[in-house]
Amino acid sequence: MFGNLTAVENLFNELRRMERGIDQIFGPSTVPAGIRSVSRGTFPPTNVGVTENEVQVYLFAPGLDAKSFNISIQQNLLLVSGVRKLPVDQKATYFRQERFEGEFRRVVALPEDVDPERTEAKYRDGVLQISLRRRETAKPRQIRIN
Amino acid sequence: MSDKQATASQPSSAAQRTEREADYPLVPPADVLEDSDGITLRLDMPGVSKDRLNIQADKNTLVIEGEVQIAMPQGMEALYAEIQSTRYRRSFTLSGELDAEKTVANVSNGVLSVAIPKRAELRPRKIEVTVT
Repeated sequence: MFGNLTAVENLFNELRRMERGIDQIFGPSTVPAGIRSVSRGTFPPTNVGVTENEVQVYLFAPGLDAKSFNISIQQNLLLVSGVRKLPVDQKATYFRQERFEGEFRRVVALPEDVDPERTEAKYRDGVLQISLRRRETAKPRQIRIN
Repeated sequence: MSDKQATASQPSSAAQRTEREADYPLVPPADVLEDSDGITLRLDMPGVSKDRLNIQADKNTLVIEGEVQIAMPQGMEALYAEIQSTRYRRSFTLSGELDAEKTVANVSNGVLSVAIPKRAELRPRKIEVTVT
């Protein structure tokens, strides 16, 4: 799926992974981080994929109501926020509580050429998929010499 | 662009390594709780539908596996990916008072709930005191 990155992208991912590992051992590293990057394990995990015509943003946010997401686009930033409430069983003893609870907010920087007017979102199996169209002018065009 | 294609077509060791990395299953976060009836697990497994789940429970272990399936357009390139694997896997050891054969599971909006009841004879019983 998202495993088929090119070698260069892979290298950066590898570095990011290492950085996260170092973060865990020594605290935040001195390596400059992306201005909008977030720490490991931020809810919901997000993937972004692009094709020639569109940009797909996937937010892995299970157990929510489709209507509870706030999705907006400002300039070329996509903002998704919401609240995740988990039912608490008062009579039960909890051994593990690893699942995220509370307010969340993610910001995704989109390519410059997306057309915010034609954005669609759907929620299925706990994955929020936001589809954005790219403007025609951004596609490569063949120029003919007369 | 041509640069990118050239590196992509050559099987580099970095690519192979990350491909293996992508094969590592994701460990879904879990809540585990116990009440007088048994143990309930709730796991976040976004992207997994009912028919892509595999849950096995025997006397000693509970193994939960799931495969992620999401709609992707043809020829999509990943720009950014925090989820790189398409599989989830997590296992737990069970204890003897649990009746694994009666495990019930259901999935809703990517959250899997698994309920393992305690054996009837081992459930705490409230003793009623009658006055004669």
